[in-house]
Amino acid sequence: METSEGPSGGITTYIVVYVCILAIAALQTVIAYQNIDGAQMFLRMLLLAILQAGLAITFFMHMKSERRNLALFLLPATVFVLAMMNMIWSDSFRLLNMRPFSH
Amino acid sequence: MSEANLTIGSPMAHETREAPAFAIPHKKLVMWLFIISDAVTFGAILFAYGYLRNATTDWPKPFTAPSVINAYVMTFVLVSSSLTMLVGIRAAKAGDKSRAVLWSFITVAGGLIFALLHLKEWLGLIGEGLRLFSNPWGSGLFGGAFFSITGLHLTHVIAGCIAITVVTLGYKRGRYDHYDLEIWGLYWHFVDMVWMFVVPLVYLLNVKH
Repeated sequence: METSEGPSGGITTYIVVYVCILAIAALQTVIAYQNIDGAQMFLRMLLLAILQAGLAITFFMHMKSERRNLALFLLPATVFVLAMMNMIWSDSFRLLNMRPFSH
Repeated sequence: MSEANLTIGSPMAHETREAPAFAIPHKKLVMWLFIISDAVTFGAILFAYGYLRNATTDWPKPFTAPSVINAYVMTFVLVSSSLTMLVGIRAAKAGDKSRAVLWSFITVAGGLIFALLHLKEWLGLIGEGLRLFSNPWGSGLFGGAFFSITGLHLTHVIAGCIAITVVTLGYKRGRYDHYDLEIWGLYWHFVDMVWMFVVPLVYLLNVKH
């Protein structure tokens, strides 16, 4: 049986990924103290978090060296469910605008 | 016989067993399925938090520099424990049992340090007046959202520490093999990955300027 942790999961690769994840976390902290619009800040934080998660899944969880079928089996379903949850936002904005004295 | 079947025993036995899906052990596939279901659970709770935060005009921003530094130290500890878990699994695959056990227990120690830092953060906020349904800064929904998200994550960390300890002790006694360590390593990296979303969305977006 194939094992997922082959030569592609070298210790050097792990350390590089580890440093990248911590560097991205530091960058997020810097962004948190920038004087930018809330939506822009949220977008930047989310994109950096997705990048961190991508690195962790690819290298730490060895998705890179697993069969592609496994990723095709797991990831689209997860992304689909999470994407469907975005339906809540319109209601969230509606609630904000309907608050008494909101304007 | 199809390629999906493996012959077990002697060729005369004609006993067949279905090949593992995606060429990974069944236990590992089950862990992956658990991880995606848990990812959706965390996704749902983070979406619920986003809903509340967006729809509330007086959402508090209570996190000061010490809380942000604490959150970064917690990130450092958790990501470092993921790295030590990987080193432990590599040692287990190389057959170096003592090093595998050592690195796995270092991982557990990392998890426990993370949990202590988390409790320190919680106690600090509780000391400032944060409760489940009230706080001195703004909307009372903040406490419920904060404790739910970070509490669910903390529960996962503590469960991971217990599971890795049990599997490592079993591995030491020869009951479990390196696959079992690798499977719980997957869980540990997942817990680490969830934290990567919790910190920016729950802590950094609520920093007091």
